[in-house]
Amino acid sequence: MVSITLNDLQEGQHGTILDVEGNDAIAARLLEMGLIPGEVVEMIGQAPMGDPVEFSVVGYRLSLRRIEARRVRIERT
Amino acid sequence: MANRASSDRPATVALIGNPNTGKSSLFNALCGGQARVGNYPGVTVEHKTARMSLACSTFKSIELVDLPGTYSLSARSADEAVSVEVLCGEMPTVAKPDAVIVILDATNLERNLYLLSQVLELQIPTLVALNMWDRLEKEGMKLDAQKLSESLGVRVVCTSASKRFGIAEVQSALLEILEQAPGSEKANSTDSRGVLERGALASASFPKAFLESVDELEAWFGAQGCPLERFQIERLLIDDSQAHSYRVIPKRISSEVAQRIATTREHLATQGVSIPLFETRARYGWIKQRVVGVVERQARERRVSTSDRIDRWLTHRWLGLLFFIALMFLIFQSITAFASWPMDGIGFGTQWVGQRVEAMMAPGPLRSLLVDGIIAGVGAVLVFLPQIAILFFFIAVLEDCGYMSRAAFMMDKFMSALGMSGKSFLPLMSSFACAIPGIMATRTIENRRDRMVTMLIAPLMSCSARWPVYVLMVSAFVPKQAVLGGWVSVQGAVLFAMMCVGALVAIPVAWLLKRFVFPGEPSTFIMELSSYKWPSFRVVAMRVWERVLSFIARAGSLIFVTSVLVWAAAYFPGDHSLVDQATAKLEAEQADPNADEAKTQAWTSEINQLKSDLISKSYLGLAGQWIEPIVRPLGWDGKIGVAVLASFPAREVIVATLGTIYSLGGGQDETSQGLAENLRSATWPDGRPVYTLATACSIMVFFALCAQCVSTLVTIRRETNSWRWPIFSFVYMTTLAYLGAWIVYNLMSFWLDP
Repeated sequence: MVSITLNDLQEGQHGTILDVEGNDAIAARLLEMGLIPGEVVEMIGQAPMGDPVEFSVVGYRLSLRRIEARRVRIERT
Repeated sequence: MANRASSDRPATVALIGNPNTGKSSLFNALCGGQARVGNYPGVTVEHKTARMSLACSTFKSIELVDLPGTYSLSARSADEAVSVEVLCGEMPTVAKPDAVIVILDATNLERNLYLLSQVLELQIPTLVALNMWDRLEKEGMKLDAQKLSESLGVRVVCTSASKRFGIAEVQSALLEILEQAPGSEKANSTDSRGVLERGALASASFPKAFLESVDELEAWFGAQGCPLERFQIERLLIDDSQAHSYRVIPKRISSEVAQRIATTREHLATQGVSIPLFETRARYGWIKQRVVGVVERQARERRVSTSDRIDRWLTHRWLGLLFFIALMFLIFQSITAFASWPMDGIGFGTQWVGQRVEAMMAPGPLRSLLVDGIIAGVGAVLVFLPQIAILFFFIAVLEDCGYMSRAAFMMDKFMSALGMSGKSFLPLMSSFACAIPGIMATRTIENRRDRMVTMLIAPLMSCSARWPVYVLMVSAFVPKQAVLGGWVSVQGAVLFAMMCVGALVAIPVAWLLKRFVFPGEPSTFIMELSSYKWPSFRVVAMRVWERVLSFIARAGSLIFVTSVLVWAAAYFPGDHSLVDQATAKLEAEQADPNADEAKTQAWTSEINQLKSDLISKSYLGLAGQWIEPIVRPLGWDGKIGVAVLASFPAREVIVATLGTIYSLGGGQDETSQGLAENLRSATWPDGRPVYTLATACSIMVFFALCAQCVSTLVTIRRETNSWRWPIFSFVYMTTLAYLGAWIVYNLMSFWLDP
């Protein structure tokens, strides 16, 4: 399975989180917000100018910039 | 601490929860709107406390402290660091909490439990309020609160704070917890107080090497005479080092602490402990165990909720943007249009009071202080209230219904290209009406750097007080022509250009500020988009009330003092006896029903002549003469210098000041033909006219860029808790204004009169 990131998901597509790259404050914040390995994420839509992107994760809606979404490795489900 | 006599002191109860969980509603419901709002010492985090109307047998009274809405207790942001300090009893102004209420969004349990798992580490008696209980069913979920309570080991109360459901239960559960707090007579076992055994905490599953390091550090801190809570030591090890400035760590050991933390981290890295990831993993592992069989969600598939359906339209590529622009237009129009009535009313009221006082007192310094200093000063403060109230009404409604995060979501790409975030848009937009509510609205921006940049460029947006200046200059000096086939009026085009100057200059300023003044890691946009709901009237009313009150209380007093000081500078040291005599005669003449028109006019013009002489001899006037060589390069004479100087407290004052200086009396407004006529006929000693198109444009550009508003500077001081930033704003804006005016004057003189 080729590894992709949250940034590669199209509207309505799902993915299961593998891990979050890096060990800085941003990575920690992403994890705290529920982007933990094993969770299923769905891409809901994007802002009018294509960035940021809205995701559904652990039962709520989360907005990430594409640069942040790129740090979350997932596999398609 | 266990044997502290408690009955003679108030209990402190902290309220904490994620943003958008209905925390404000619960706070208001528990306290009935008696909140005192302020800032924590030294930081820009808001501090809200209230006394609960609840009789407790073990404590004199109960103080509820509202902690900032936060997703975690990691001490990375100022909000979080303050929460940790309050919960550990290290905030000088707040006693260590005797109990803590953690509010959880029942529809989003897992992520909300993250914060609870951290709060439990502090081993303070804990009560869980499971809020939004009424929405579970709509979301197609089932939750077993009893089971949750058992698996967590703390008491759980179901609430719908906005509907005031479950409030009595929270109160009685809180009383029970407080009445068996250690130190009270009823203290018995630890079972129902909501304090977990160490082994039941999420930290029990942290890597062994990490726990051992915490043990070591705990012993070391104890030996240094500064015992820290285990949780704080964990935070020191896990979080990025800059943010935690725990007050209890004495300066003498701070460098050694940093050293120890660094070596411990290195040691842990060799042991395979990946900081900070292990913590989130351990906590979510703990959460997963606790919610087994507690939450039942309909199927694995995402249900398309009403909120999603609304979102499909409101964040739609074109319709979403259109709606957003229409909404911004509506807000902007409301601030300018609806506020003008009450503002006129306040202006009229101030004038009326001033006239009453004038009628009762003989002319003299005391009357001048009362009327021109104090009453005019208070009026200058009050006049901003309608705008603040209207803007905060809209912000509160948009925040409470969930649209605010969508607005930020849509504008983020655009604003981040300018070095800010989507959340900066609304504050900047509202600064076009008035920078004061705009600066206050930057509170919605969590990232400190983004917030500071937004706050510092907000005064560059063309506020409504600049309008009178533009109108006066344009109507007097810009030709009434139409160009481009009669479609574009030159006057209108110049007015529009002036509206844009500040915003355009703000773009490079924001970039420079971000690059050189607030360098650091890039900001993020990791933001929850909460479900749409109907705004709660109570929450909206409370927010507006709090903002209005805090503006009057904090900014008001300073604005008032400054107005009085400026009045003094313009009044002293001249001898006002002649003016006072003339005024007394004029007033006597006017009181006479058969007043001689010619006579009153003669008196009026004499008074204005005297006043204009006095102002040029006052401290302010002397300063004006002193700055004449400085303003010469801008194409200004000393009179303009004085008028501009006098308008530093509030820019719109210049119209009246120019009126006084050109001996027309103070009651001029921007459309007065007389003033425009007088300006056109003013000459230099050699007979050339003072005001040319170039001079007029140089004045307008100066006003567009200058920080001529004490209220704004005081508001920046209030919001940043430091004089550094208002001084910075003042210096950079004045410099920009001077340079801008100089460039415009020289370019235009060269162009029009080569």
